[in-house]
Amino acid sequence: MSHDFAPLPDLPPPGSSVGAIGWLRRNLFSNAINSVLTLFAIYLLATLLPPLFNWLFFDADWFGDSRDACTSGGACWVFVSARFSTFMYGFFPENETWRINLIYIALIACMAPLFIDSFRHKVKLGVFVIFVFPIFGFILLFGGVFGLEQTETSQWGGLTLTLLLASVGCVAALPLGIMLALGRQATNMPAVKSMCVLFIEFWRGVPLITVLFMSSVMLPLFLPEGVSFDKLLRALIGITLFQSAYIAEVVRGGLQAIPKGQYEAADALGLSYWKKMGLIILPQALKIVIPGIVNTFIALFKDTTLVIIVGLLDVLGMVQNALNDPNWLGYSTEGYVFTAFVFWIFCFTMSRYSQSLERKLHTGHKR
Amino acid sequence: MADASPEREIPAKPRLLSDPKFRALVFQILASITVAAFIFFIVRNTLTNMESRGISTGFGFLDRASGFGILQSLIEYNETSTYGRTFLVGLLNTILVSVLGVFFATIIGFIMGVLRLSSNWLISKLAATYIEIFRNIPLLLQIFFWYYAIGFNLPGPRQAMSVGESLFLSNRGLYLPAPVFESGFMATGLAIIGSIVAVIFLARWARKRFEATGQLFHTVYASLAILILVPALVFFATGSPMHLDYPSLQGFNFQGGVVVIPELFALVLALSIYTAAFIAETVRSGIQAVSHGQTEAASALGLRPSWILRLVVIPQAMRVIIPPLTSQYLNLTKNSSLAAAIGYPDLVAVFAGTTLNQTGQAVEIIAITMSVYLLLSLIISIFMNWYNAKMALRER
Repeated sequence: MSHDFAPLPDLPPPGSSVGAIGWLRRNLFSNAINSVLTLFAIYLLATLLPPLFNWLFFDADWFGDSRDACTSGGACWVFVSARFSTFMYGFFPENETWRINLIYIALIACMAPLFIDSFRHKVKLGVFVIFVFPIFGFILLFGGVFGLEQTETSQWGGLTLTLLLASVGCVAALPLGIMLALGRQATNMPAVKSMCVLFIEFWRGVPLITVLFMSSVMLPLFLPEGVSFDKLLRALIGITLFQSAYIAEVVRGGLQAIPKGQYEAADALGLSYWKKMGLIILPQALKIVIPGIVNTFIALFKDTTLVIIVGLLDVLGMVQNALNDPNWLGYSTEGYVFTAFVFWIFCFTMSRYSQSLERKLHTGHKR
Repeated sequence: MADASPEREIPAKPRLLSDPKFRALVFQILASITVAAFIFFIVRNTLTNMESRGISTGFGFLDRASGFGILQSLIEYNETSTYGRTFLVGLLNTILVSVLGVFFATIIGFIMGVLRLSSNWLISKLAATYIEIFRNIPLLLQIFFWYYAIGFNLPGPRQAMSVGESLFLSNRGLYLPAPVFESGFMATGLAIIGSIVAVIFLARWARKRFEATGQLFHTVYASLAILILVPALVFFATGSPMHLDYPSLQGFNFQGGVVVIPELFALVLALSIYTAAFIAETVRSGIQAVSHGQTEAASALGLRPSWILRLVVIPQAMRVIIPPLTSQYLNLTKNSSLAAAIGYPDLVAVFAGTTLNQTGQAVEIIAITMSVYLLLSLIISIFMNWYNAKMALRER
């Protein structure tokens, strides 16, 4: 007498461990402490968020052109919209702002293919964006040729100046930073190595604010008589030197991450130093330090706000300037929240991008 | 082979120009000459420029009277003090901000880093929101926000927010009760120092006994008891030689107590919140760097969860955390120079700002300021390297 073993069908999992209830039990109320923490957090959010959202959106005034439009007690976004063009373009002549817009559009058009995976000529395009595009941008911004009206650098301001300082600072610092990193790695040349170490450690050890002070008061003393630099150019020189030290350290990290075999193989092929670096080491090293460079760019982007100290008006400077306008006294919170939002969007997007790059690029050198 | 092409002689040594050692030497000499020439060019220009503008050189100005007052100083200072004293006041204010900032940033950062890893979804997301918001907004903007948007809109002294009638927050700053030491306080001070020394010896003894016999001693509880009880006993035995001076509203402002001026308050708040967001990320990645196998092995040994954390996870995580933590402390110290933007009298504001404007000694003042920051960076990194070496893995 044989009977087949017929297992009973599986019971469904208990209702409390699946679906929404299961998720709640696992993630919010897994034990007594967690339950208390969750309730506390919910209480905190319930007391803080409604007034915040009311102030930001529901009670806010959005339309109008003077402070009389702000009556409802919430945020007065009229202040921001009335001053929007100075926040974006500074004191650039109003009917010339199309030039700045054109630079932005051209830059986006040039950068867009870099984010498409199947695009083949990324390196060429990258080199174009880094070395050729700035010339085009400078001609458009400064004018004076091709019938474009010439502008003063003191008219450049707002977000345009912020982006200009950060990107020029970073691009100009890149070649210098790479040379410094190579110099720091040159163990057979102690004199060059120690000069590079000194330079890097000096700029990394001092705050950017003293660097800006130095470039605005000491740089004029360094130049021969009769030669003087524009205020913006002085700040740019300071920022570039400062940034090059940080980039050098990032690039050094990349150089050290390349396996020794690559150096030895290049030597075995009989390549000269520059060929070894230019053809074998740097292409690999620079690829893996792109996220690090993006991170230093984010740091620099935030630090450019300091130029307000030497009298340049970036986006924060423009907001500070607008807050001193007697017509708009007392709207500092709105101004700062708006500026914070602008910076946050830029920095958050870039940091997410650098994280995704890091995941994508960190494949080849893991052993 | 040599017979096949007798004309082509293989040189015994490579040609001088292709000898790497020789090339390195030439390159180094050229580089040194270029740098030296550049420095010479700058120095000569500076000297001629200073001469033509009638600026005297040297550090003699440090002995002249400054003639301006400073909002907050930790040492005695007035308008007749010298510029040298101004420098000291600025330096001490910078150190004060940095120490306070490091203290609060570390506490907030560690709490947020641990909360970020909480198994509670809501708490973890809240911590992540905090981190992502505050590290992506420029520090200067945050300082402006706390100082101008929040600080200026606080109620006046008469409507000040208070905690237990001893702590007052108004647009004049934060007023705290100040301890006033009387003559007999020396004994309590000595008792505090003595109990700290005793605790150190106790910890050593407990560790030795544990390693020799395996018997545990409740060092933490014993230390706390010694640290609290002994000074308290001495304090009361000598007749409580200290009282608190509470701030009280008189006229239009508070009198008595110790005041944290709004500039300092805004600066420390912004610095700690900003840096804490970075420290939280450091802590999170440090804890995550300890592999799960370590925790599992520890629980397989039967350790309690609190012991796993204290004996297995934290010591290993600290090794990963310390180097980036050092650079965060350095950043905080350097960022404290943003004080100049809201008028807090730190080194940059009173020395590289006011003093430079009054004396015009740009080169000397900038050089002094920069070397102070370099020195501070050096001290912090030496200290943290020492700590790092102490915590490093001792391989046997």
